[in-house]
Parts: sequence; structure tokens; C-alpha cells
Amino acid sequence: MPAKASRAAFGEALLELGARDERIVTLDADLSKSTMTVNFAKKFPGRAFNLGIAESNMVGVAAGLALTGKIPFACSFACFVVGRFETIRISVAYTNANVKIVGTHSGIAIGEDGYSQMGLEDIACIRALPNIGIIQPADELETRQVIAHAVEHQGPLYLRLTRQNLEPVCPPDYRFQLGRWLVLRRGHDVTLIGTGGTVFNCLEAAKLLEKDGITADVINAACIKPLDDETLVRSVGRTGHVVTVEDHSIAGGLGGAVAETLADVLPMPLKRLGVQGFGESGDAKGLYAKHGLDPAGIAASVKKFLNR
Amino acid sequence: MAEVRLEAIARECRVQILRMLAHAGSGHPGGSLSVIDILTTIYFGRLRHDPKRPDWPERDRVVLSKGHAVPALYSVLAKAGYFPEKQLITLRKLGSPLQGHPDRTMLPGIEAATGSLGQGLSISLGLALGLKLSGSAARVYCVLGDGEIQEGQVWEAAMSAPKLGQPGHPLDNLVVILDYNKIQLDNFVTKILDLEPVLTKWQSFGWPVVEIDGHDVPQIAKALDQAEATRGVPTFVVAHTVKGKGVSFMENDPEWHGKAPKPAEAIAGIREILGVTEGGWEDYLKTDSATRAIVDELVTLGKK
Repeated sequence: MPAKASRAAFGEALLELGARDERIVTLDADLSKSTMTVNFAKKFPGRAFNLGIAESNMVGVAAGLALTGKIPFACSFACFVVGRFETIRISVAYTNANVKIVGTHSGIAIGEDGYSQMGLEDIACIRALPNIGIIQPADELETRQVIAHAVEHQGPLYLRLTRQNLEPVCPPDYRFQLGRWLVLRRGHDVTLIGTGGTVFNCLEAAKLLEKDGITADVINAACIKPLDDETLVRSVGRTGHVVTVEDHSIAGGLGGAVAETLADVLPMPLKRLGVQGFGESGDAKGLYAKHGLDPAGIAASVKKFLNR
Repeated sequence: MAEVRLEAIARECRVQILRMLAHAGSGHPGGSLSVIDILTTIYFGRLRHDPKRPDWPERDRVVLSKGHAVPALYSVLAKAGYFPEKQLITLRKLGSPLQGHPDRTMLPGIEAATGSLGQGLSISLGLALGLKLSGSAARVYCVLGDGEIQEGQVWEAAMSAPKLGQPGHPLDNLVVILDYNKIQLDNFVTKILDLEPVLTKWQSFGWPVVEIDGHDVPQIAKALDQAEATRGVPTFVVAHTVKGKGVSFMENDPEWHGKAPKPAEAIAGIREILGVTEGGWEDYLKTDSATRAIVDELVTLGKK
């Protein structure tokens, strides 16, 4: 499989699922060409609703549709849709409305558009809400399975997708399960946990580390909520060290979730890698290097963390 | 005849509103009393629903977007048979499904969690659209507060509603009623952020607008009929109301937006609602055992 953006895989999956399930509807806020629901809208014009640049209303309309038995996918850039936090909090989470909130263009990887378009605090916001699960697929295969799961899952979900292409990381026989992480590589010295676009970089970092005699468990944490505490504890209990890597604010994301869980059940040395401060314009590669989220940066942080 | 019955129900609901708020010791009497004639006319004059099957897919939906007026909604739901009236005095108590603001997951009959103002109209749009897409004939009634429409999300929804679902599924199954009682928490609406010209604002967004006295049952009923007869667009009803309506010392006083009556105040209010003079009160209570029980309960509460 060639590299593909998870937003693109989402758009294709929705097209297939929409043909089989009439309950599926899409809502957009003038970004359907970017969230990739545009083809769904062409094929099912009566089931695609563009609410204009009015994300709060879009989220509320999605909640109402869900309460009549529809399965709405409410889509925008991660920062814009989660920015309507209070509407998500009451109309979706507290109401327990079966809405699938889709946030694309997550992270600094969107590059040149700069901070105002980057979803960087979305996981932290949604994590605080009861009822909503958070899933961030790592490649095309996983995205397709996550979207199919979202249709079957009763209850609200937040799906975090990327603008940039993602290299395949999951094996062909992989089957996504809510609350289950996938161990992609086995090692002894450290547990490397990535999510979404950083999973591939973790795998590449593990290859670099191996040359220096450091072996790593590499985990794809597609489910950030609920997280897979069983896999987490089993791996970290064995390696004794854990490093989280995410294209999201260093506060409140995957690293925060892992820190909270380990603090409760198995306190262990933990290093969180993520975005410090605001993002900025630039090329994605340069931004990842600046924030230490590229393979070389991750490997360097791991070595420093392990004193090796 | 029908309107006499609705007015009688509204009186009973006003009594229950004062009763439950006094027992709760907190809550919002002003906006509950201003909206109650609208709610009773909807629930007992128009609504197709079945309290025994609150999740009946073909039911009409009511979204009380001004969620702080939920004592009015609880009084109506109890009267309709969704739960026993004796449960009303559990309002706001630990473990009660009668939350301080509506919780859809805890109480059958509540269609949406509201109280965070400005969200109910968007949910109503989604409900109306979903029902249309499903080929249902059910209607959606959304009640907004006047202060509430200062929220930006309301205007996103207002701009969207006449256009959403067109041309195949226009939202003419939606009627929105503004409980225009002219008072919000801090002060009179004109002193905080005036809504005027409110009629032309909604008209310019593409809504047919009907203006009525929100305490006049025949006028409310007629507006709802007019909305039902309108094709192609949702209808907006501006209902002029009086905050605290029916209780003289609460009427038109911002102080009673969010302050519960003390038991003695509730009893005085109940007497006024029932139109009984102070001198005739004891004799009256001998003829009305239901009110007698409510008053006795409030007297006991006052001694605690």
C-alpha cells in the first residue's frame, strides 16, 4: 500500500460504508474538500449537509440528527470543531448523542498554514469529557477499519485524522478493536508509544536505536480513550522505561493519558515527546525536526532518557 | 372548552413550579412562570406523544432550550404522566433524575440536555431534519429564552434553518417559540443587550414570524396551527410574556430570575395563582385537598 493521508482513507471508507448504510450522513463547515467528504456529498447529495462556516451549529445539528437514529459524521479541521468545546460538551457528550466528530489537519504536520489551523490541543479537550472515545488511526488500513468501527459503535467518538500522507505500519491481517493497542515491534530496553502519524517515526527511531544496541517495544496507540492499560502495563513492566511520541501539545494528550495511568497502577520513568508551545509555519519535516518528533530526534531523546 | 382546560392545567403547573422550587431551595421561578402557558398549550393541546413510550420514534419532540426553566417542563411532564407528581419535590436533590437543568439520559421525556444556552435550536434543526429524512410526520417544538438569543450559535442556526434540507426536506416541521419576558439574569434585556428589532431580525433570516401574547392560550394555539400549516420553512413565534407571571411579587422583577421562594412565599404565590383572597384561604383549602396537602407540606418545610 502506498502512503495515504488518513483524511483521504476516511473519505473513501465513508463512500463505501455510505452505500451500505443509509443512516450515515455527513456534516461540514465549508471544508468538505479538505475533510474529504466531498465525494460522499457528490454520491449522496441528500445525505450531505454543508452548514457553512458555523461549526457550533454543525455540531448541534449533528446531535439532533443522531437523536433520530442517523449516524452523523461532523467534520472540520481538528482545531475548529473541537474549538466548539461547549457544544460538544453538552449537545454531544452529556446528551450521549451518537455523533462521530471528525477532526482533520491535526498537528504541526500541516506545516505552512501555521498555528491557527493546527489541531494541537484537541485530544486534551476531548479527553476531559465522559462518554466520548478518541481514536487516531496510523495508516490507511487502520483508518478504514476505524471508520467501519465508528459506524457500528453506539455512542459519540472523536476521530483524529491527518492531512499528510501516512506510511503503512499495520500488518495486512490487523483488526482494529476499541481500547486495544497494537505492538508493532518487540524489544527490551524501552517502550516507544506513538499515535497517528508518529507511529511510523517511532518504528524508524527503533531501527536507529538498534544500531546502538538499544531495542524497543513500539506500540501503535490508536485508541487514546479508552487506552489499553493492559498492553501498556505488560510492555512497560518488562522494559522499565516508556517514551510517548505525539503530534499534539505536550500537555493533556497521549503522554498525559499514559502518565496518569502509570501513576495510578505502575509508576515508571516516563518521557513525553510532543509539541511545546504554539506551532508555526514551515515545512512539516523541518517542524518535526525542531520539535524532536522525527526519527533522529526521537532516537536522541530515548538515548538521553536511558543515559546511553 | 379546550382553552379552559388548558388554563386550568397551567394553573396547576404554576402551583407545582412554586412547590418544587421551594423544596429545592434554589432554581428559576421567573422564567418557569413565563413559559408555562406555552408549554401546557404544546403538551396538552398539540403534542403527539405517549408518556408510556417516551422513545416512540413517531413522537413530536419538545426542546426547552432555555433549560433553566425546567421546573415548568417537569411540572408538565408529571402532569402528562411521565413520572409521579410526588417526584417533583426531588428537584435538584442528590440522586434525582430531576436535575437542575435537563438531563436527557436521566429522565424519559427529556429530548435534549439544555441549560448551556444557545444550543437547543441547533439540536432542533437536527431533529427536524432527521425526522424529515426518515419520512416521519412528527413535529419539533423549540422554546428559546430572550436573553438566550444573545448567543452566537442561535444566529448560526437561525441563518441555516430556512435553507437546511432544501429542496427535498425543508424544516417546516419545526416551530420555534421565543419566550420574550424581557428580563435576563443580571437585569432587563434592554439594559444588557437589546434584541430589538427582534421580529425583523428573524424575518430577514428567512423565517415567517408570528407575534402573540404568550399567556393567551387561544393565541398560542393559533400560532402553532399557523406554523403547522406553513410549508417550506420553519416558523418563528415571538411570544410576549411576563417574567414571574401569576405571582404579583415576582412579576417583572429581575430578582426572581434565579431565586427560589421560601415556603411562606410559595404559599402566598399559590394562593394568588388560584385566585383566592387572603381571608378566604382557610375556607378554600377545606374544599381543595390536593392544594391542602401541598400547603401542609410547605408549612412543614418552613419549620425545618
